[in-house]
Amino acid sequence: MTIAETQQQLLEELSLFHDWTERYEYVIGLGKHLAPMPGELQTRDRLIEGCQSQVWLDASCQDGRMHYLADSDSLITKGMIALFVRVLDRQTPDDVLTADMSFVDQTGLKEHLAPTRANALNLMATQMKQRALEFAGK
Amino acid sequence: MPAFDVAAIRAQFPILSREVHGKPLVYLDNAATAHKPLAVLDASRRYYEEINANIHRGTHHLSQLATIAHEEARLTVARHLNSPTPDEIIFTSGTTDSINLVASILGRAGRLKPGDEILLSHLEHHSNIVPWQMLCERSGATLHVIPVHDDGTLDLPAFHRLLTERTRVLALTHISNAFGTVNPVRELVAAAKQVGALTLLDGAQAAPHLPIDVQDLDVDFYAFSGHKVYAPTGIGVLYGRYKILDSLPPWRGGGEMIKKVSFSGTTYNNLPFRYEAGTPNIEGAIGLAAALDWINRIGLDALHQHEQSLIRQAAAALSALDGLRLYGPSDRAASLSFNIDGIHHYDLGTLLDQMGIAVRTGHHCCQPLMERFGVTGTIRASFAAYNTTDEVIQLAAAVKKAAAMLR
Repeated sequence: MTIAETQQQLLEELSLFHDWTERYEYVIGLGKHLAPMPGELQTRDRLIEGCQSQVWLDASCQDGRMHYLADSDSLITKGMIALFVRVLDRQTPDDVLTADMSFVDQTGLKEHLAPTRANALNLMATQMKQRALEFAGK
Repeated sequence: MPAFDVAAIRAQFPILSREVHGKPLVYLDNAATAHKPLAVLDASRRYYEEINANIHRGTHHLSQLATIAHEEARLTVARHLNSPTPDEIIFTSGTTDSINLVASILGRAGRLKPGDEILLSHLEHHSNIVPWQMLCERSGATLHVIPVHDDGTLDLPAFHRLLTERTRVLALTHISNAFGTVNPVRELVAAAKQVGALTLLDGAQAAPHLPIDVQDLDVDFYAFSGHKVYAPTGIGVLYGRYKILDSLPPWRGGGEMIKKVSFSGTTYNNLPFRYEAGTPNIEGAIGLAAALDWINRIGLDALHQHEQSLIRQAAAALSALDGLRLYGPSDRAASLSFNIDGIHHYDLGTLLDQMGIAVRTGHHCCQPLMERFGVTGTIRASFAAYNTTDEVIQLAAAVKKAAAMLR
C-alpha cells in the first residue's frame, strides 16, 4: 500500500467515529498495539523531548525500506506516533521524504490536542523524515 | 455576612459561563491562576475609562487621581497584610519578581559571603530556588534543603539540624503549590530569627486562601502574586520589613526610584518607591486592591472553609478509584495532587480537558520535589471560591472515565 493509500484508509477509519471519546479510544488502541520498542533502544540519542511526555524514535533501512520503532511514556502520544508509523513504515526513504503529512489535519485529532502536543507531533514527522534522509538515494 | 453563597459568587465571574469543547467549563486550575470577578474587571476598566494617567510628579488632575488610587491600593495591601506602614509594600510584577528582588539586593549589598548558607525546602517552586542559586553563584554561599517526609510535610528535626549560625536566609513556601502542604511557617520563621537569619515566605499559594498577618508571622519578606488572588496578571507584592529594606541598595534603576539625578551621581528615593523603577502597573495595583476588597467582603475564613470542604470531598471521591495515589498530607490546602498507577498524567489531563475539566499536569515547576517522589509529574486539581461540590463530583467521574479509557 502506498503512503497516500494508508493515509486514506486511516481517514476513513477515523471518519466512522462521531465523538471525541471514540476517536481517542481508537488512538489509545493504536498506541497499545504499536510494535514494542526494545528497552535497550530507548536511549538518550533516540529521545525526542516533548513538553510533558517523552518520545523515542529508532529508524533503520532494510532492503531499501524504512523501518521505524517508537515508544512514549504517554499512551495518547504513542497512539499518535502509531498513526505516523503505520503511514511511513516499510516505505522507501524517497517516498517518506516526499510524503504529505498534512493528512493529520484532516483526522480531526489535532484540534483536540494541546498546542504542545500538536508541536510535538510536527516534530515527530520531521524527525521521521530526517532519518529517511540518511538512507535516501542509496 | 450571610452564609457562603457559591451561586452568588459564580455569578460574578463571567468566564465561568463559557463552554470548553462543547461542555461547561469546570475550572480546577486555580493554583496556576484564578479568574477575575466583576468587581476587579470593573475596577480595571474604570481606571482606564476615568482616570488613566501616569502617576506621581504630575500636576494635572488625572495624574493626581491616578496617583491617589495607586497609593490607596498600596494602603489596601498594607491593611490586608497587617503591615505597620504602606512604605513596606513594594509593587512588583508577581511572586517571582518579588523573590528575585530580595535575592538581588542581598547580593548587591554583599550580605552573603563564602561559608554562609541559604536554607530552603524540597517543596519549593523553581521561583523560590533559582534566584537563591543565582545568589549563591554570586556570593559563594551554599544552598541547603529541608527534606520532606513521604506525606509531603517538612522534616522538622532535619530543619532544626540544618538551621545553624551560618544560615543567613530562610526562604520557604507558605503553602506548597504542588502538594498543598501548609508549612508551620510561624514556628520556622521564629527559629530562623533565633539564629539571626533573614526570612522570606513565598505566599503565592497562601495569599488566595489564608489571612496573612506579617506582624504575627514576624517575617522579614512576604511575596505573593495578584493573579492568583483574583486580581489582574502582572501585579504582585513584596512586603519587606522597613528597617531591613531601608538598609539595602536599590535594584533596578530608572524613573520613580530616584530623588535627584546628575551625571556626577544619583540619590535614591525613599521606600517604597526606591524599588519601583519605571511606570508601575497602575491598573494592576488598583485591580489588586479591588480583588483584596472582594475577598475580604466574602471573608477569608468563610472562603477557606468552603475550599477545604471541597478539597476533602475531592480527596475522598478520588481515593475510591482504582490505583489512585494522592500526594501531600490529609490537611492539605488549595491543591490536590494525584496520579493513577500505570497512567501518564499528561494523558489523563488531555482526556479531562475533552470533558471540559481544566486541571494542571506535569511537574508544577517543582522538579526536585517530583524527583524526590519518583514521578515525572502529577495531576493537580486546585480550588477557588467559585468551585462547587458538583464540580468535585464531575472531576471524580471524569477521572474514572479517563482512567478506564487509558487502561
